[in-house]
Amino acid sequence: MNIVVCIKQVPGTTEIKIDPETNTLVREGVESIINPFDTYALEEGVRLKERCGGKVTAITMGPPQAENALRETISLGADEAILISDRVFAGSDTWATSYVLSRALAKIADYDVIICGKQTLDGDTGQVGSGLSEMLGVPFVAYVSKIDEIKEGYIRVHRMVEEGYEVLEMALPAVITVIKEINVPRLPSLRGSMKAKTAQIPVWTAADIGVEEDKAGIAGSPTRVVKIFFPKREHKSEMFQGTPEEQVGQLVERLEGII
Amino acid sequence: MEYFLTEQQQLIKSLARRIAEERILPVRAELDETEEFPWAIIKDMADADLFRIFIPEQYEGLGEGCFAQCVVVEELSRACCAVALTYAADALGALPILLYGNEEQKQNYLPPIADGAKLTAFGLTESGAGSDASAIKTTATRDGDDYIINGTKQFITNGGEAEIYTIIVLTDPSRGSRGASAFIVEKGTPGFTFGKKEKKMGIRSAATRELVFHNCRVPKENLVGREGLGFIVTMKTLDSSRPGVGALALGLAQGALEAAVAYARQRHQFGHPVSSIQAVQHMLANMDMELEAARSLIYATAKTIDSGAKSFTEEGAMAKVFATDMAMKVTTDAVQIFGGVGYMRDYPAEKMMRDAKINQIYEGTNQVLRNVIALELLKRKALRA
Repeated sequence: MNIVVCIKQVPGTTEIKIDPETNTLVREGVESIINPFDTYALEEGVRLKERCGGKVTAITMGPPQAENALRETISLGADEAILISDRVFAGSDTWATSYVLSRALAKIADYDVIICGKQTLDGDTGQVGSGLSEMLGVPFVAYVSKIDEIKEGYIRVHRMVEEGYEVLEMALPAVITVIKEINVPRLPSLRGSMKAKTAQIPVWTAADIGVEEDKAGIAGSPTRVVKIFFPKREHKSEMFQGTPEEQVGQLVERLEGII
Repeated sequence: MEYFLTEQQQLIKSLARRIAEERILPVRAELDETEEFPWAIIKDMADADLFRIFIPEQYEGLGEGCFAQCVVVEELSRACCAVALTYAADALGALPILLYGNEEQKQNYLPPIADGAKLTAFGLTESGAGSDASAIKTTATRDGDDYIINGTKQFITNGGEAEIYTIIVLTDPSRGSRGASAFIVEKGTPGFTFGKKEKKMGIRSAATRELVFHNCRVPKENLVGREGLGFIVTMKTLDSSRPGVGALALGLAQGALEAAVAYARQRHQFGHPVSSIQAVQHMLANMDMELEAARSLIYATAKTIDSGAKSFTEEGAMAKVFATDMAMKVTTDAVQIFGGVGYMRDYPAEKMMRDAKINQIYEGTNQVLRNVIALELLKRKALRA
């Protein structure tokens, strides 16, 4: 079983900066973590490997510093990690990202199941998993809460829906995105951490995976972020005076004014 | 204080701390209440490779020594002494094999210990043989290619939960302690059963049981070392494990001090935090000072052992006695600083005080170990004279 886990390095949530020119997140020089939802994807990948044998490859598209996140995946049980990095990828939206990842998977070629987190902490769109499956032309299920059965060419999963779960079957290869209910991610192991320190992490550029430059990065991204802003928080308060009865009277008066 | 940990030791320490804080801390009160054996945490520790630390690399270990082991025990015990003891007792059970086992025994038993698949326990104590370990009555009688074991071991940590037991028995009762031998007995061997789990004052989630041997037949290949070597195996094993007991006490005291400081800063009386009261400050200062002194002694002892020293009986005993007496005092003072709520089971201090006491008792009472220290001291003096 060849398992590919797509991860993303995201900023620690307190330190978000936005590039005023491109309206995209500034990632350089910001403390980063593995997108928390992706840690469930990685854990599920490692558990699948423990269950049916095989190999877990973690991939990410990102700047050179994303290598740290990939090293962490090795300490958490990934066998290999590949960094997909090129200046032309900068500013990719979910469409362009899905395209670049699909090219990387085409190069990997031999994969059975691709696991992503359900969404990222920064972009929050939850579109890359489905976009990737579309571009690869393989089936896709989002919000997976359990992998019920998996064997050569076949997977049965539980998809979380509002009032319970659905049981879905797919042919492999396929893409799934997972939710946090699927598992409890393990802590890094000592052997894994030592392996992570010295692991060779190859970097694949646009040329390496045959990315057409006008389909990646800002050029390949149909999404235009017009404006990013912090919502204004207004604190207006008014204290009512008088006896409790009088205050209630005033409140009712106000509410009637609104309704 | 800077103890100059290597990069690898730092890594080990920070991982042990993560396990302590993320996996042990949230359940420690519940484990104490239910007295449930912490299997889920054992699994986490195994996954994180913590059981590999003191096992040599050729047996699937990481080949770190006593020092790294002590650091892990300390970090775990900072959250819960009972869980940390379960971990430390595993090393104790493995030590006789590590120190005196033959190549085949090492190949056979150490890899599953290293990957945490099998826990171990060490069985010496009997109802009539505590401090006077030479009074053991359990026997192993040679019968062809086997030995037949009869007798009962008492208060065995990890008893019933462990898969691999190293026990000390008499192969020649007429020779007293010179007739003692060490054996490996696996759980499930016919004639080997367990007593009930003891109800204890503290370290309640740790398993403590009797090991009952009734015509239990083991092959002669399970003899560790040779016949008559049992007491030497015991003494060397305990010399090596005592810094670990010190580390249990050290981590426990560290947790108690941190809890006491946090509480003293937030508890207000007379219009200010009790941490601003000099009487409280002096208590905290003493706790801090004695704790750091114990840490220095334990670390130095562990490093002495790791350097390949031949004899470290005195150092090991000192580290154990000093640290465990310190922990009893520090945890008692922590309860005092918490005041009334310190006595309540909703707060962590009373559990720490209950957990502390056993550390002064097991693996050689602090009284018997003072005899050991004095004897070593006087022997040295006599040799010089």
